[in-house]
Amino acid sequence: MALLTVSGSPHVQSNQTTKKIMWTVIIALLPALLVSIYYFGLDALMVTLTSVVFCVGFEWLIQKFILKTKTTIGDGSAIITGILLAFNLPANIPLWIVGIGALVAIGVAKMSYGGLGKNPFNPALVGRVFLFISFPSKVAMSEWPLPKPLFSSSVSDALTGPTPLLAMKNGQAVDLWNMFIGATGGSLGEVSAIALIIGGLIMLFRKVITWHIPVSFLTTAGVFGLILWLINPNEFIHPAYQLLAGGMMLGAIFMATDMVTSPVTYKGQLLFGFGCGVLTIIFRSFGPMPEGVSFAILIMNAVTPLIDKAFKPKPFGY
Amino acid sequence: MKTFNKGGVHPQENKLSNDSAIEVFPLPKQAVVFVSQHLGAPSTMVVQKGDKVKAGQLIAKAEQFICANTHSPYSGTITKIDLATDFTGYKKPAVYIDVEGDEWMEDIDTSNDIVRDIKLDSAQIIDKIKEMGIVGLGGAAFPTHIKYMLPQGKKADYLIINAVECEPYLTSDYRLMKEKAEECLIGIEILKKALNVDKALVGIEANKPDAIEGFTQLSKNYKEIEIVPLKTKYPQGAEKQLIYALTKRQVPSGKLPIEVGCVVNNIGTAQAVYSAVQKNMPLVQNILTLTGKNVKQRKNLLVRVGTPLQSVIDYCGGLPEDTGKIISGGPMMGKAISDLSAPTVKTTSALLLMSKKESSRKEETNCLRCGKCVKVCPMGLEPIKIAQLAENRLWKDAEKAYAMDCIECGSCHFTCPAGRPLLDLMRVSKNHIGDLRRQKAQR
Repeated sequence: MALLTVSGSPHVQSNQTTKKIMWTVIIALLPALLVSIYYFGLDALMVTLTSVVFCVGFEWLIQKFILKTKTTIGDGSAIITGILLAFNLPANIPLWIVGIGALVAIGVAKMSYGGLGKNPFNPALVGRVFLFISFPSKVAMSEWPLPKPLFSSSVSDALTGPTPLLAMKNGQAVDLWNMFIGATGGSLGEVSAIALIIGGLIMLFRKVITWHIPVSFLTTAGVFGLILWLINPNEFIHPAYQLLAGGMMLGAIFMATDMVTSPVTYKGQLLFGFGCGVLTIIFRSFGPMPEGVSFAILIMNAVTPLIDKAFKPKPFGY
Repeated sequence: MKTFNKGGVHPQENKLSNDSAIEVFPLPKQAVVFVSQHLGAPSTMVVQKGDKVKAGQLIAKAEQFICANTHSPYSGTITKIDLATDFTGYKKPAVYIDVEGDEWMEDIDTSNDIVRDIKLDSAQIIDKIKEMGIVGLGGAAFPTHIKYMLPQGKKADYLIINAVECEPYLTSDYRLMKEKAEECLIGIEILKKALNVDKALVGIEANKPDAIEGFTQLSKNYKEIEIVPLKTKYPQGAEKQLIYALTKRQVPSGKLPIEVGCVVNNIGTAQAVYSAVQKNMPLVQNILTLTGKNVKQRKNLLVRVGTPLQSVIDYCGGLPEDTGKIISGGPMMGKAISDLSAPTVKTTSALLLMSKKESSRKEETNCLRCGKCVKVCPMGLEPIKIAQLAENRLWKDAEKAYAMDCIECGSCHFTCPAGRPLLDLMRVSKNHIGDLRRQKAQR
């Protein structure tokens, strides 16, 4: 007689797994990566690869030598952190700075809390903000590499120029279509709205994210931006630019939707997106810096436990 | 289409045995009949070793309030009265019978003639249901007559019949509805009369269109039996969810359906009530689905209670080579079987054979906080939170997080991408909270 397995019900499980979710996100990030390689050349690829290698490497080292636990690099989450960190950096950044960013993202923001699922803040954003305040001259938001056709020498000697947000703050004209397809200055992964939206649709279709956070984030930013623009079109930028410029799409689609650091209920997610949208427009319009998506999301990460507490589902029969 | 209001999942339906007509399973040579096969106080044995019994003869009597009679499904000799192992591995008092022929008690009508005229009044019907040992065949095995003895001051508005069969793989109710539709409907009429209500609502999941159509046609011959198609979504057949889907009424936490004027029984129970009241037939047999992806001969069998599980499997071509797990019931709420020498009981509605690959759980990772468990919970709970509290042994906090409202449908565990054992942790919480409550009550 064969031995039978005995376990509690249920005896079937959905075919969704952590690994599948993570790899779906990685695939969804590829269109933006390809656009970025197209516009910023192989430097974009180098920064991304460096970031991924360092993120995965640090996770493995920390688990092997400090935590002494089974390695989890196979789940793909460190790869995502690596890609997202790179996406938030300019293509001409020195690679050693990328390494430091990876150490902060994985070591401080992820593993010190217990690894995947335990971190309160989005690791890639923590890494990016750390680099931003530590190396403002390299990761600042004033001068960014401008796009150049693929396979021309290196981008480092390409022209650098202001990002659309800064250009607009200075009253320069920016082409909306170029911003939509990605032919614009900026962090390497944030420039192409269309590529990011395609990635978002992939995740939506594979049920890795729901529409709630991106839609609420973008709608809030659009409406709030529109109100400001209607009040004073000379001082505030057009809402279409608000939506297409800077890290808005990357933030709304890939960073704010990080399931680990966002609320679990739909209502909570709508509020989370609303908060991200309002804060981003406030930071952009009234703050000293042209961009504010990272800070907006990190602040909303911090209030996620409160949102979860406030938006508990109502149990049946009460 | 009507459905319940919170959560739900849609596992692969896998109704592989839909087209197999009900076959009568041959009588075993030896049978083991448990003395008590219901939820509640144990029944009292009324036979002795060496007694000759007939099929349908009483072998254990209900002497307490929540209790049910047990009858012999066979004619033969009682060779032993001893403990026997049930399919989960527990030892329980049982009667061992050497089967000789198939002689029924004289007052039982074993013919297939349909008796339509309901002669008994409400109180007589309830007595008959009790006498015939009818228990809820949806799985809980709760003595049926108790549900119809309403507490003082309570009145029922609806009789609700659960013909949803939302568990994947199971087809016994479906076959019953196809082949014995009229018996089911007469059973519903009897239950309506017992309950003294005007209206019965029969909920059937939309994945059984021919059962819905057949029932709807036939139900025109009866007053106020409404067939309601329900969305194919698990757990549509959970009692509280079904009541909500059909009436928009919410059974309050910790209360029974009668609180909102409903009494719920399974379609199989309705058919058993028909047999009991119209034909004097005690509950000694039921329909069992034998199914599984690797099973060559998937069947719906009419099996006498007390048939060894192994013989049922042998009848259907034996155990497939790579069987890893066998489940009594469906894959969402059924129990894993540890011993195939155990006999069937009144509520054994299915044997599901799973391959080795299907038998193991998926790899577990940290919780991703994706919140899917919260979204699928039909009770509006936060499994993610209760599981965390359980891992930290914070039972009182788990109680405050409504752990006791969990209906153990398994939707959270099914859906979790991280493969976390959410329902295991729920059950552990419920056990500990139950202990704490009992300790408090004793003090």
